[in-house]
Amino acid sequence: MSLDRWIALVILSISLLYSYAAFFTMDQLLPPFMQRNPIWPSTFPKILGVLSILVSAIIVLGFEKNKDSKDGTEIDYRRLFDYNLGQAVFLIIMMAAYALSLRPLGFFISTITFLTVSGYALGERKIFRLFLIIAIASFIIWYLVEQVLGIYLRPVPAIF
Amino acid sequence: MLEGLLIGLETAFSLKNLFMVIGGCIIGTFIGMLPGLGPMSIIAIMIPVAITLGDPSAALILLAGVYYGAIFGGSTSSILLNAPGVAGTVATSFDGYPMARAGKAGKALTIAAISSFAGGTIGAILLMIFAPALSSVALLFHSAEYFALMIVGLSAIAAFAGSGQVAKAILMTLLGLMMATVGEGALFNMPRFTMGLMDLQSGFSFITLAMAIFALPEAIFLVLNPARAAHSESGKIENLRITKQEAKSIAPVIGRQSAQGFFIGVLPGAGATIASFLGYAVERNIAPEHEKKEFGKGSIKGLAAPETANNAACTGSFVPLLTLGIPGSGTTAILLGALIALNVSPGPRLMTDEPQIFWAVIISMYIGNVVLLILNLPLIPYIAKVLTIPRTFLIPFILFFTLMGSYIGQNNSTELLILVGLGVCATIMRFANYPMAPLLIGFILGRMLEDNFSRSMQLYDGINFIVERPMTMILLFLAAFFVVLPYLRLGKSKNAD
Repeated sequence: MSLDRWIALVILSISLLYSYAAFFTMDQLLPPFMQRNPIWPSTFPKILGVLSILVSAIIVLGFEKNKDSKDGTEIDYRRLFDYNLGQAVFLIIMMAAYALSLRPLGFFISTITFLTVSGYALGERKIFRLFLIIAIASFIIWYLVEQVLGIYLRPVPAIF
Repeated sequence: MLEGLLIGLETAFSLKNLFMVIGGCIIGTFIGMLPGLGPMSIIAIMIPVAITLGDPSAALILLAGVYYGAIFGGSTSSILLNAPGVAGTVATSFDGYPMARAGKAGKALTIAAISSFAGGTIGAILLMIFAPALSSVALLFHSAEYFALMIVGLSAIAAFAGSGQVAKAILMTLLGLMMATVGEGALFNMPRFTMGLMDLQSGFSFITLAMAIFALPEAIFLVLNPARAAHSESGKIENLRITKQEAKSIAPVIGRQSAQGFFIGVLPGAGATIASFLGYAVERNIAPEHEKKEFGKGSIKGLAAPETANNAACTGSFVPLLTLGIPGSGTTAILLGALIALNVSPGPRLMTDEPQIFWAVIISMYIGNVVLLILNLPLIPYIAKVLTIPRTFLIPFILFFTLMGSYIGQNNSTELLILVGLGVCATIMRFANYPMAPLLIGFILGRMLEDNFSRSMQLYDGINFIVERPMTMILLFLAAFFVVLPYLRLGKSKNAD
């Protein structure tokens, strides 16, 4: 089965769960006065759920054929290991790590580490130049966000 | 009207207000370029500054300048990085980014600047002429028509964004609509599909979703296949000129899309996003067969259409705000909040009671468009320098701005994890050619669609509104036609074969 049908199958499963929640769980807590309304909080989701089940089933059953991209620079997922898959996975992990470290480590340590390690992983070897540019950029961005936009960004670890 | 116009000219050309419009355009352009910081965020942030001015005219002129600048800045990042900062510039990336990758970044930015200028200026002229009449037309639209109009927009987007794969595009639209139902809606005041998670109480963030499905997959694709980045790094920026032939080719597009974009912008709920997608779809549809193939691969018409339409729609969206007091979009809703805070009540009486505000805003739109053109055309070579940044710097910074855009919007670390999760899902979907734009537009319109549907259901005690309001029925037939159209074409081409 091709990838687009697998994806449609996942969406079909999500739609089934969504529809189950809309049809069988949402209306139980509805106050009696709202039950007299022609529209309930579950009405619109019910329509969406049914429609998405139908449309995803059309793709899963193969009624609409997948059109492969003719753009030579697009990624062919069947040859994924021919690309820089390791770098991509590493950067995704780095992003998740950045998300988890931003508050406890503060903006500067987490940002400088994220950008430097990511740049190094992508092949940058002029580490001093990389670090210097990142440090300056990080300070400017922090200043703009914190001082100009007034959005609080903890600059240093929580212990300070 | 002439008297009002003179008052408006006097107010708009005061030194203070000129400074406001220029400052607003510059701030808007630079911040709008950063993926994730769209007009809504920056206008919301600028509200305290505007209120401290104490002058409603100056405040509205400043915020309108920021709005225009942010839309233009957003199109710049769409063209150069395929990272639209705002939904209204998503369609710009369809052809703008392929042009940049083909070494025509300078030309793409010039076309965007000229189209934006023309769209905004023609829109301002139309606003000045039609504002009173258009307000009465918009008054005729009730929630049933708004609901039907949104269905038309969504079906047109699904029909045209799918490039022959309508079911996938419709599924993406439905997925976006389903995501919009997550959280606490204004109408029912009860949490839905939150799975008990506090972070989902207010639903998914638009900025996070936009970053996750556009910027993040693009950055991952750049990592996976450095050949994609090689185009960017070698992008020539000196060729800013457009030929006479190209100017001739885009002139009718600009004319059509200025008018269409403006009228779509007038209708509440439609706005720059629908205008740009519809503009793109219409131009693609009416283009000759040989030009149609170029759409999505770097067509200048495909770039000029959404750029003109979104700027004209921005101008049009001021009509319901200024004449009816109804915000047509999230951005104008924020502007409405600012006006109320300044003790100004926008509505039908604004034109007569406070003509200096009404007309000064319109005049400042002309000034804003001139400022943006003067600011952006000479700066294009410098803006396009972004393409010469090495991949080892560019990719980490794109990822960083993606993360920061999402974080600033919500001030919540969990949002970043949602961003990464959605970004990975979107990347996998892109492997299988699922169009992402319908998902985002479905998400944006989801709440408004449900609100208007619910109001119509309540008013007519069921779905009778479809029968009782002929305009609604016509619009829904039009929506059905849009869905069936690609299949009809497919059948026709098979028969021809």
